[in-house]
Amino acid sequence: MSINVTLFAQMLVFGLLVWFTMTFVWPLIRGAMEEREKTIADGLAAAEKGQGDLKQAGVEAGKIIEEARDQARAVLSKANARANDIVEEARSEGEVEKRKRLDSAQSELEVEINRARDELRQQVATIAIVGAEKILLREIDEVAHRAFLDQLAADL
Amino acid sequence: MEDAHEVNEGPASATDYIVHHLTNLDTEHALHTGLANPFWNLHWDSIFFAVTLGIIFVGTFYLAARKATSGVPGAWQNFVELIVEFVDTQVKDSFHGSSKVIAPLALTIFCWIFLMNFMDLVPVDLLPALGLLVGIEYMKVVPTTDLNIAFGMSITVFLLMIFYSIKIKGVGGFAKELFLHPFGKWMMPFNFLLKLVEELAKPVSLALRLFGNLYAGELIFILIALFTLSAGAHSLGENLTSVGTITAFIIQVILGLAWAIFHILIITLQAFIFMMLTIVYLSMAHEEH
Repeated sequence: MSINVTLFAQMLVFGLLVWFTMTFVWPLIRGAMEEREKTIADGLAAAEKGQGDLKQAGVEAGKIIEEARDQARAVLSKANARANDIVEEARSEGEVEKRKRLDSAQSELEVEINRARDELRQQVATIAIVGAEKILLREIDEVAHRAFLDQLAADL
Repeated sequence: MEDAHEVNEGPASATDYIVHHLTNLDTEHALHTGLANPFWNLHWDSIFFAVTLGIIFVGTFYLAARKATSGVPGAWQNFVELIVEFVDTQVKDSFHGSSKVIAPLALTIFCWIFLMNFMDLVPVDLLPALGLLVGIEYMKVVPTTDLNIAFGMSITVFLLMIFYSIKIKGVGGFAKELFLHPFGKWMMPFNFLLKLVEELAKPVSLALRLFGNLYAGELIFILIALFTLSAGAHSLGENLTSVGTITAFIIQVILGLAWAIFHILIITLQAFIFMMLTIVYLSMAHEEH
């Protein structure tokens, strides 16, 4: 057990190994590890940010839905009012029309009645004349009594 | 006469066995010749296993590093990242300066020493027996049971400590630290002596702690292996399945298992301590007083 040149050989080998590890092993391994750590940290940060965004979006969506609901409610009530208006309008218009129709029918009826009456009067006159004609045919001259009979028909 | 010979053979072979296991394959043993200067008596086995394990370490880690992806890592990359993360945490906890060297240095120390210590868990006779087959007579397979290896690392760390002390504090600052603490300028020689002991104690304790633990561990493995060996030696002429041999075998298996399991803790702990103290010492070198 003696100290000799082996010691210096060992120092040389040691130095070479440290140099090799320092140059070719350590930086590559640590580099990969640090890169992975960074990737993971970034991923976590992104996830956290995403979660925040999601929460924000949820709040926003709630707000929008609430707004939409309000709007819908407003539209609905407006529509209801409008519908009521239309119905009311239609009803009053219908009423007016009805009255109008009724009136025109009434007047038409009256005209018709008058005409019928006139006609009837004419016919009655004619029948009376015809009757009278038949009765008087033998003794009365048609032309002589015509005016008298027409006067009678007009007074009827 | 024959009996006496056998009785003598027993203890003698046990001693031979232990000594054989504790002898490095140095140049003198490899070439069966003495060297003029024992300094050049390189421990080929220690260096061979240290280099091989070092190459295994950087090779396998380089495989992971080359294909390192920041996406989903594979099994091996995952394992490497686990160790790198562990070392990095230790460095960040203890060392507050910025240095590109310390973390890879700590990683190298931890993994390499662990692998070298791990050779202790390889059955003590396996590799030396294989070596004998190809004509290698001596082989110590655990490099960290070699003082040269342990000191080689601790002295390198020590040189780094001095380097960083000077780099961070400048020559003047470092000299001030050596001579003016803790007792002011009138006690300069005493301060220096104190500082010298303090600083030299670091690499010495670093190396001896590792060496001592592993050397003792290896020795105990060897002693446990002696159970059947000596029992077998005693009953060499008799039936090898005698009661004594079987008992010795069972005891050896139980003790070996227990010590190996305990040793898993030791080898990891020693690698960790070496790494930790290196970080702490270098961190102290970076700090101004």
